[in-house]
Amino acid sequence: MPHKRIIYPLVTFFFIIILWELVTRFGDISSNNFPKPIEVLISTEELIVNGKLLKNTVASLFRVSIGFSLAVLLGVPLGIILGRLENAKFLFNPLVQFLRPISPLAWIPLAMLWFGIGDPPAIFLIFLASFFPMVVSTSVAVESIRPTFFQVAANFNFSRYEVLTKIVIPAITPQVITALRMTIAIAWLVVVAAEMIAVQSGLGYLILDSRNALRMDYVMVGMIAIGIIGLLLDFIMRKLGNIESTAWGRLTK
Amino acid sequence: MSHIQIKNLKKSYIDQRRIARGEEKSFKNQDIVVLNDINLEFQDGEMVCILGPSGCGKSTMLRMIAGFEKPTSGHVLINGEVVSQPRADSIFVFQHSGLLPWMTVWENVELGVRHLEDTEKKHKIIQDYINMVELGNFENHYPHQLSGGMLRRAELARALAVNPDTLIMDEPFSGLDFLTHMKMREEVVNMHEFIKKTTLVVTHDIDDALIMGDRVIVMSGRPSQVKLERKLSFGRPRDLGSHPELRELRDEIFFMLGVSYAV
Ligand SMILES: Nc1ncnc2c1ncn2[C@@H]1O[C@H](COP(=O)(O)OP(=O)(O)OP(=O)(O)O)[C@@H](O)[C@H]1O
Ligand SMILES: [Mg+2]
Repeated sequence: MPHKRIIYPLVTFFFIIILWELVTRFGDISSNNFPKPIEVLISTEELIVNGKLLKNTVASLFRVSIGFSLAVLLGVPLGIILGRLENAKFLFNPLVQFLRPISPLAWIPLAMLWFGIGDPPAIFLIFLASFFPMVVSTSVAVESIRPTFFQVAANFNFSRYEVLTKIVIPAITPQVITALRMTIAIAWLVVVAAEMIAVQSGLGYLILDSRNALRMDYVMVGMIAIGIIGLLLDFIMRKLGNIESTAWGRLTK
Repeated sequence: MSHIQIKNLKKSYIDQRRIARGEEKSFKNQDIVVLNDINLEFQDGEMVCILGPSGCGKSTMLRMIAGFEKPTSGHVLINGEVVSQPRADSIFVFQHSGLLPWMTVWENVELGVRHLEDTEKKHKIIQDYINMVELGNFENHYPHQLSGGMLRRAELARALAVNPDTLIMDEPFSGLDFLTHMKMREEVVNMHEFIKKTTLVVTHDIDDALIMGDRVIVMSGRPSQVKLERKLSFGRPRDLGSHPELRELRDEIFFMLGVSYAV
């Protein structure tokens, strides 16, 4: 069946909603603790109409775009340098490996102290969350380039610039795209957490604020919006991986 | 023109296992000696086929001729000049494909002529060599869209387009089916008859060596030395059936490599 990819997931979601309805209808749970699907649907409409959902979604997406883009723009080149130059690797790799396991959330106090409140600390946290995975995946990708390709480059008298543009960058592209996909998911996880602390807008803030007002229906709207946007981000990243000149990365090895 | 001399060539690798065991690595004599004092000479335009047991160092020797690796001692000279780095006038055809997988056949072949300023001439060269290896219509295909034999042909076209003085081929027919193997072999011989460039071919197939080579060289197992060197002054087309001397030589080589043809 050609539409398996679309119909099967819809079936899954449909059953989840049925299950949700059954639990909230026949279970011994108050509507305040676990709202019914229909209530969440009505609240969704409310939040769409009063513009809150859109405003907060845009705020979150904005922070993720800036933080993630900065991380990619700095992380990929640094990864290439670490993968290519042994001295740079000895100098910086221990530092990268040391900072990497520190959860971005552990940086919250310092981020707030340094950047105050508002967008900057949130963007900084997203940057941190995305930067190290990008550096590490890129340098691993560079190190795993087949030596044959560098011999071909030498054999055909490639300049250093050509080695970079005709060998290194195309060779790592498939792995870097996979890394982008993994990393944007992490960035999206972190933005919600960051917004619960440092800012007054965004989906994370919507959830926190609704909890304080004991509106679990709004909390759930926020969660659903996060899930849907995560799904869309993954979809976009996957499309990026379908470029023809990177097909070899999926089909060989 | 290229006249290649190999003088007292030695290559040894440090035994990584000993280092892993934490032993001193300073005992040079305990390194893995791959090539031990090789002396050879290849005349300009000659096609030389090199045979030897697996792991004896044939690829290693080719890599040093191409300048990819440095000898432990001794040297390789091309036209009297020591080879110290890879050079665009000796092109290497890799044992496992050396095509760049992110480039189409056309872009791969273009690599060797990318500096030509006359675009029209450049395109003609690329097209001519692609047609020569019968890959017309496949210019825009990526390597993963080609069969094993087509990959070898594309790499051959890329090498020839450079118009190199030396062609270095590491097992150009391995992994091909019988018919493709025969056809490629014929193409390489015809190509050589036509352009008369110095061509070094490493092969596992004794028949290939005897049919293709102007000369055949047999190397011993590690530490490798030249065990036999024989000029083959037979005309073309050449086959083993009509030359009893070639059949005798084949048996001699089989014996030397410790196997027998008749079982
Ligand atoms: N980089 C390296 N480090 C250590 N040992 C190596 C290295 N490269 C090759 N060798 C060793 O050198 C020997 C010769 O390898 P080489 O690839 O030249 O063999 P070959 O004659 O081409 O074999 P085959 O016919 O199987 O391709 C092998 O024993 C191999 O283990
Ligand atoms: Mg080999």
